[in-house]
Amino acid sequence: MSLPAFAADMTLGARAHRVAAVAAEFADRVDRDGRFPREATDAMKAERLLGIQIPTAFGGESASIQEIAEVCSILGQACAASAMVFAMHQIKVSSLVEHGSESEWHKDFMRELASRQLLVASATTEAGIGGNMRNSICAIEIDGGTCRLTKDATVISYGAHADAIMVTSRSSEKAAPTDQVMTVFKRGQYTIDKTVDWDTLGMRGTCSDGFLFKGEAPAVQIFPKPFAEIAAQSMLATSHLWWSSVWYGIAADAVQRAQSFVRAAARKSNGAVPPGATRLAEASNLLQLLKANIVAGLKTYADAKADPDQLSSMAFSIAMNNVKLASSETILVIINQAMIICGIMGYKNGTPYSLGRHLRDAHSAQLMISNDRILGNTSTMLLVQKPDTSLIG
Amino acid sequence: MNETIRELLAKVGGLPVAVETLEDGADLYAAGLSSFASVQLMLAIEEKFDIEFPDNLLNRKSFASISAIEATVAQILKAREAA
Ligand SMILES: Cc1cc2nc3c(=O)[nH]c(=O)nc-3n(C[C@H](O)[C@H](O)[C@H](O)COP(=O)(O)OP(=O)(O)OC[C@H]3O[C@@H](n4cnc5c(N)ncnc54)[C@H](O)[C@@H]3O)c2cc1C
Repeated sequence: MSLPAFAADMTLGARAHRVAAVAAEFADRVDRDGRFPREATDAMKAERLLGIQIPTAFGGESASIQEIAEVCSILGQACAASAMVFAMHQIKVSSLVEHGSESEWHKDFMRELASRQLLVASATTEAGIGGNMRNSICAIEIDGGTCRLTKDATVISYGAHADAIMVTSRSSEKAAPTDQVMTVFKRGQYTIDKTVDWDTLGMRGTCSDGFLFKGEAPAVQIFPKPFAEIAAQSMLATSHLWWSSVWYGIAADAVQRAQSFVRAAARKSNGAVPPGATRLAEASNLLQLLKANIVAGLKTYADAKADPDQLSSMAFSIAMNNVKLASSETILVIINQAMIICGIMGYKNGTPYSLGRHLRDAHSAQLMISNDRILGNTSTMLLVQKPDTSLIG
Repeated sequence: MNETIRELLAKVGGLPVAVETLEDGADLYAAGLSSFASVQLMLAIEEKFDIEFPDNLLNRKSFASISAIEATVAQILKAREAA
C-alpha cells in the first residue's frame, strides 16, 4: 500500500476555499432557479465545516468568531446564499455553544452535530410579530416530560433541508410575550407545512419559505436559559457580525470584478488610466471602511465575551447594531459603484463582470431585521446611554 | 425608595400585570418589561432621584427586578455621597 501523493491542505482557510469553489460553480443556477445550494452544503459537510464552532471536548474544533467570520466572507465571495446558510447555521450553533453546556441534552446534541454534521435552521420570525424577535405569540406547552409547540413561522431559511430547527416561543401559555424560550427540535420531531413561497429579488437560494411548524419533543430540549439572555449574549452579536461578514464577501467580490474590468481596460489602452479608475479607488476606500467596521466589531465581541455584564450592556448592543446598519448600507453603495465601473458588462448576466446577483443579494441586508427597527432600538438606548468618546477604548 | 420605584414602574413599565402583585425579586423581563419600557423606567428614575446611570450599570442585570433597581440606585447615591 502506498501513501497518497498529495495530502489535502486541511487548514480551515483551505477547506473553506474548496467549498467556495463548489459554491461558485453553482451560484448562478442556485440563484436563477431559487433552489437550495445542495452541492455547496454537501461540500461544507464533507469538509466538516458545520461543526467547527463546537468545542473540541465535544468533537468540534473550537473555531473562534474571527475564524468563522473569515469562512463567511470566503463563501460570500462565491455564493451569497450558500454563505448565508452557513452563517445562519453558525449563529444557531453559537447559542448552543454559549448556553448549552449546562444541560446534558444540549451537550449530547453538540456531539451529534459535530459527528453527523447536522444543519440547524432558525424560526424566530412569526406571523403577527415580524422581525421583532424578542416577542412571541406562540407558546410552548409542557406536559410532564414532553413539550409541544405550534408556530406560524413566516420565514425559515432552508427549513425543508435542515436536520434540526431552533424555535422561539413564549415559555408557557400564561407567559408575557417577552418571556421567551428557545427549543431545539430534531428532524422527525416536527412537521412543517409550507405556507409561503420564497420567490424573492435576491438570496433566492436560502429557500426561506414560510411554514406552519408543529413539534413535539422531550422537554429537556428547551434551552435552560431565558431566550432574552441567549439573544443578548450570543445571537445579537453573532447575527450582526456573521451576516456582515457574508455581506462583506459579496462587496469584496464586486470590487474584485470591477478591478479586473479596470485592469483589462488599462491593458488595452497601453497603460492610460481608464475612466472607471477613480470610482474604483472610491469603492476600495469604502470596502476598507466596511472591513474595519466588521473587524472592530469582532474584537469588541471577543473582548466582551469574557464578561456577561458587558455582553448585556447597552453600549455593546449599540455597537453591534451599528456594525449591522453600516455594513448593510455600505455594501449597496460599493456594489453600485462596481456596477457603474463595469457598465453593461456588469449589468448583463453571464459575463465575468456580472453584478446583478451581487446587487440583488445585497438588497436583503437592510431588511434582514429591518434597519428601521434597529435604528429605533438604538435611538431608544441613546436616551440613557452615555457616549464613549475614546478612540482605542 | 422601594415605593417610589414601584410607582414609576406602574407609570411607565407598561406591564400586563399589576405592580403590587410582583415580589421585590421577581424577574421584570419575564413579567413583560420590554426593552423600550426599561429605558422609559431608567429615564424616570434618573429624573426622580436626580442621578445618572453610569454606562457600566446600564445592563439587563441592573434592571432585572425591583430589588436590583433599588441596589443600583443605592449604589449610585452612595457613590455620590462619598464624592
Ligand atoms: C435572506 C433572509 C433570510 C431570513 N431567514 C430567516 C430565518 O431563517 N428564520 C427567521 O426566523 N427569520 C428569517 N428572516 C426574517 C428576518 O429575520 C426578519 O424577521 C424579516 O426580514 C423581517 O420581516 P418584515 O420586514 O416583514 O418585518 P418587520 O420587522 O415587522 O418590518 C416591516 C416593516 O415595518 C417597519 N417597522 C416595523 N417595526 C418597526 C419599528 N419598531 N421601528 C421602525 N420601523 C419598523 C420596517 O421599516 C419594515 O419595513 C430572514 C430574512 C431574510 C431577508
